Amino acid sequence: MTASLEVSGLAFAYPDGHQALFGVDFRVERGERVALLGPNGAGKTTLVLHLNGILTGGTGSVRVAGLPVGKKNMAEIRRRVGIVFQDPDDQLFMPTVREDVAFGPAAAGLTGAELQARVQRALDQVGMADFQDRPPHHLSFGQRRRVAVATVLAMEPEILVLDEPSSNLDPASRRELADILRSLDVTVLMVTHDLPYALELCPRSLILSDGVIAADGPTGDLLGDDALMRAHRLELPFGFDPRSVPAGSGPA
Amino acid sequence: MGAGHAHKLYRAGSSPVHALPPHTKLAAGFAFVVVVVSTPREAMWAFGAYAVLLGAVAAVARVPAGFLLKRLLIEVPFVAFAVLLPFVAEGERTEVLGMSLSVSGLWGAWNVLAKGTLGVAASVLLASTTELRELLLGLQRLKLPPLLVQIASFMIRYGDLITDEMRRMRIARESRGFEARGIRHWGVLAKSAGALFIRSYERGERVHLAMVSRGYAGVMPVIDEVTASRAQWSYALALPCAALVVCLLGWVL
Repeated sequence: MTASLEVSGLAFAYPDGHQALFGVDFRVERGERVALLGPNGAGKTTLVLHLNGILTGGTGSVRVAGLPVGKKNMAEIRRRVGIVFQDPDDQLFMPTVREDVAFGPAAAGLTGAELQARVQRALDQVGMADFQDRPPHHLSFGQRRRVAVATVLAMEPEILVLDEPSSNLDPASRRELADILRSLDVTVLMVTHDLPYALELCPRSLILSDGVIAADGPTGDLLGDDALMRAHRLELPFGFDPRSVPAGSGPA
Repeated sequence: MGAGHAHKLYRAGSSPVHALPPHTKLAAGFAFVVVVVSTPREAMWAFGAYAVLLGAVAAVARVPAGFLLKRLLIEVPFVAFAVLLPFVAEGERTEVLGMSLSVSGLWGAWNVLAKGTLGVAASVLLASTTELRELLLGLQRLKLPPLLVQIASFMIRYGDLITDEMRRMRIARESRGFEARGIRHWGVLAKSAGALFIRSYERGERVHLAMVSRGYAGVMPVIDEVTASRAQWSYALALPCAALVVCLLGWVL
């Protein structure tokens, strides 16, 4: 079976000469939930922007369900890779929630009842169907983040990429989002430095540090390895012991 | 559309005027204003007739007179200009209440006042019976350049956000003991404005990134197609057509 996401030998330097990625290799199988951990400045965002071809021009390759990311099939790649950005206000740019969720599928050519059904399903998945006609700026931050997830789900992506999904959320919104992510039947790559959240949601983790994948393994094992964590500036919150959480993480 | 939070210019309702498709109302409003502007200023009775027509529309739309008049206050600065005209204009003069006023200035002032008031009243009626969102759809339908419609729609979406950012910057300034008093502090305010511009610009870039990620390629997809039946068009155009009759009479009589 082809992997949902296959990154091999990816290296990239910004035009100002700053090199962010030095040969990144990893695979994410279909249906997996994987956390991409790394300190600030490790190159996480740069990597994410390569996944749907916003950044290109370095060496190496990215394949999404077998399809190489490149100019030729950009539209299809952007449909297959759904990125949820960190600030929902950047992601939600239409006047109402419904139109925002409809934007992606409509850009792909869907219209009428089919479009409406797609929007409805995506909003149902995140529990925001009652807010269809509200303008995004009148929603709470947690609700906006959920709508942002819906805008991407509406495109029926092969892989959902979340950039710091738990940032700025209060504990209840955080748990609600976790429940939603767990309920989805889609491959997830979660970029975060919220380590407990990674442990809760993702059985497997990658550590990106200084532009390379420094470690790849079960999340519990990585978080439990003090030396590894220290070497890559990853710190667990005070009093949090990953070994106290049963393996396999949170409710399945 | 729209529940709970609407723009303050809009007055929710379910009248026949509210129900008309937005592009028919836009077209009707625009045509009405064009007709009013092309009426000769000497036909004073015609302007009264226009006012009656607008009053009828307001009655059908169930927009109370008080609401309409309050919104009309936006016109006041322009009225001030019109009032000046009789004093400053050249030409033949006449005596009114012991003041020497210019005749052409008086006509000019009347012209600005009557046409301006009618135009503003028509716009206020349009805004109070059509949601902002619908207006945009209407403009899109009327084939206004898509770029302009997109800019307007982003303005609506991000206006509050930018105002909020401005407020946070003000709070941050004041929390550190700054108070804008007089010209010496303008430099600080100007720098804040610059910072706000840069922040908005960067947000623009991030929004664009998010749009591109969802398949945006320069054209906004049509999500809600607004359509109008022939009957709806004829209801909407009843106003400018009636006005046109008045206007023609104004020229002939």
